[in-house]
Amino acid sequence: MNRRRFLSRLGLAATIPAASLLGACSSPPRRGAPHVVVVGGGYGGATTAKYLRMWSAGGIEVTLIERAARFISCPMSNLVLAGLRNIDELTADYERLRTRWGVRIVLDEVSHVDVSRRELRLARNGAIGFDRVVLAPGVDFLAEEVTGLAGNFERIPHAWKAGPQTELLRRQIEAMPEGGVFALHVPKSPYRCPPGPYERACLVAQYLRARKPRAKLLLLDANSEIQSKKALFAASFAGPYKDIIEYRPDSTLLSVDARTLSAELEFDRIRADVLNVVPPMRAGRLADALGVPLTNGRWIDVDWRTMAVRGLPGIHAIGDAVLAAPGMPKSGHIANQQAKLAAAAIMELLAGRTPNPVPTLLNTCYSFVDDRNAIHVATVHRYDAAQGTVLPVAGAGGLSSSASEEEGRYAEAWARNIRADMLA
Amino acid sequence: MTGKLTLAALSLLAGTAHAADPAAVDARNLAANCTPCHSADAPEPNAIPRIAGLPAAKILHRLQAFRNGEAPATVMHQIVRGYSDQELALIANHLAIPAMPASDKR
Repeated sequence: MNRRRFLSRLGLAATIPAASLLGACSSPPRRGAPHVVVVGGGYGGATTAKYLRMWSAGGIEVTLIERAARFISCPMSNLVLAGLRNIDELTADYERLRTRWGVRIVLDEVSHVDVSRRELRLARNGAIGFDRVVLAPGVDFLAEEVTGLAGNFERIPHAWKAGPQTELLRRQIEAMPEGGVFALHVPKSPYRCPPGPYERACLVAQYLRARKPRAKLLLLDANSEIQSKKALFAASFAGPYKDIIEYRPDSTLLSVDARTLSAELEFDRIRADVLNVVPPMRAGRLADALGVPLTNGRWIDVDWRTMAVRGLPGIHAIGDAVLAAPGMPKSGHIANQQAKLAAAAIMELLAGRTPNPVPTLLNTCYSFVDDRNAIHVATVHRYDAAQGTVLPVAGAGGLSSSASEEEGRYAEAWARNIRADMLA
Repeated sequence: MTGKLTLAALSLLAGTAHAADPAAVDARNLAANCTPCHSADAPEPNAIPRIAGLPAAKILHRLQAFRNGEAPATVMHQIVRGYSDQELALIANHLAIPAMPASDKR
């Protein structure tokens, strides 16, 4: 949209100085201020909304559209499964975004994205126009890729979106018999939170050892090796959890039977007392509304200088829904970084300037290997103009040398601090 | 919006006075790499040190000590190797700016 059309839509002559409109008033909608709509209030979306308001000192109107009234963190939710946290501790509201930062919060669902009219249609609140939109829809599951899984998440939980599913899986673990079998399936990469399944295996194994004598944990990985912090998790599997965790790589899940809790793998058949399948996943289905092809039919391809969806000017996408750059995980921390990259680029673009040509992102990801000890992986990622993508910076980043209580304290602090960075 | 706003609107849009200064924008963007862990809004007490508002020279000295291996670290020594000296200086200068007061705006 050009300025003339932008102003004429507001019923204003193009001769009115835009400056007089921008300073008009502070309560939304502020006519004349550019309007950015963020869809999805997770680690990426909520951070985008806050940073657009903070960095523009209120000069940009921001609407955050989110289905749920409350945010529930996936990071730390494996601790809930082990009985070490309550789900309430992972839950927060969007109130500070509204009262402190002036983000307009709309609890609704986007049903359609009209790219040419720059308009979103909502399930309940009609239509909403935008100058730019940031889509942060997270992931949706491809349950149909595993025969027998669709419609059976109550019996075979995924617990890969924190909330009722987390509590359901916790109850199933608590109800496990002594000597029972907990089977956890890891889908082929890429999936949300690469180290998450291995952290889950460790924390559930520690619980089983204390509370369910002779119980076993089958870790069935569709990949041919541990996908993150490999040596560190392998040390836990071979060390404290040697008699509990059995790690089976190359174990693609073909079908499940919700009645018997049995599973057919490519080369094997198993039966479990608790069957936890992390399903294959893709970009949140909102991505289909864009009308552009998704990479591998699953992920949104973006320009890493702006997080703009390729081929769709004015439309940005961030977070787990995005086709990751080489060596970049789908993590809450990376979503936070992509959010700031997008917010910075949008401000420059709205002001008619060139966005930062070499954006830099940082990832630090902690995993608990028991109730006290944690490990980390860190990477720095920078735009490479020759390759046209973001690449890990050689020589930077690394892993823990071993699990430690010190890093356990940092892991706890990380969770609280990144939440403050996005919601406080 | 593909069109350009007027110059006056542009500076308002930039919001803060320093935002039109490219070096200040670079510093702000780089420092945003740090704030997931070192948020100015992080609760106290906190296992992760609060940096916001410390003197720039002190922050920079610490970052350089991590890079030289002079300061013990679990992760910071790995992170700082991803940034040039000039970038570390930009980051330190930006983090030293007093944080926005936490009072509600309305």
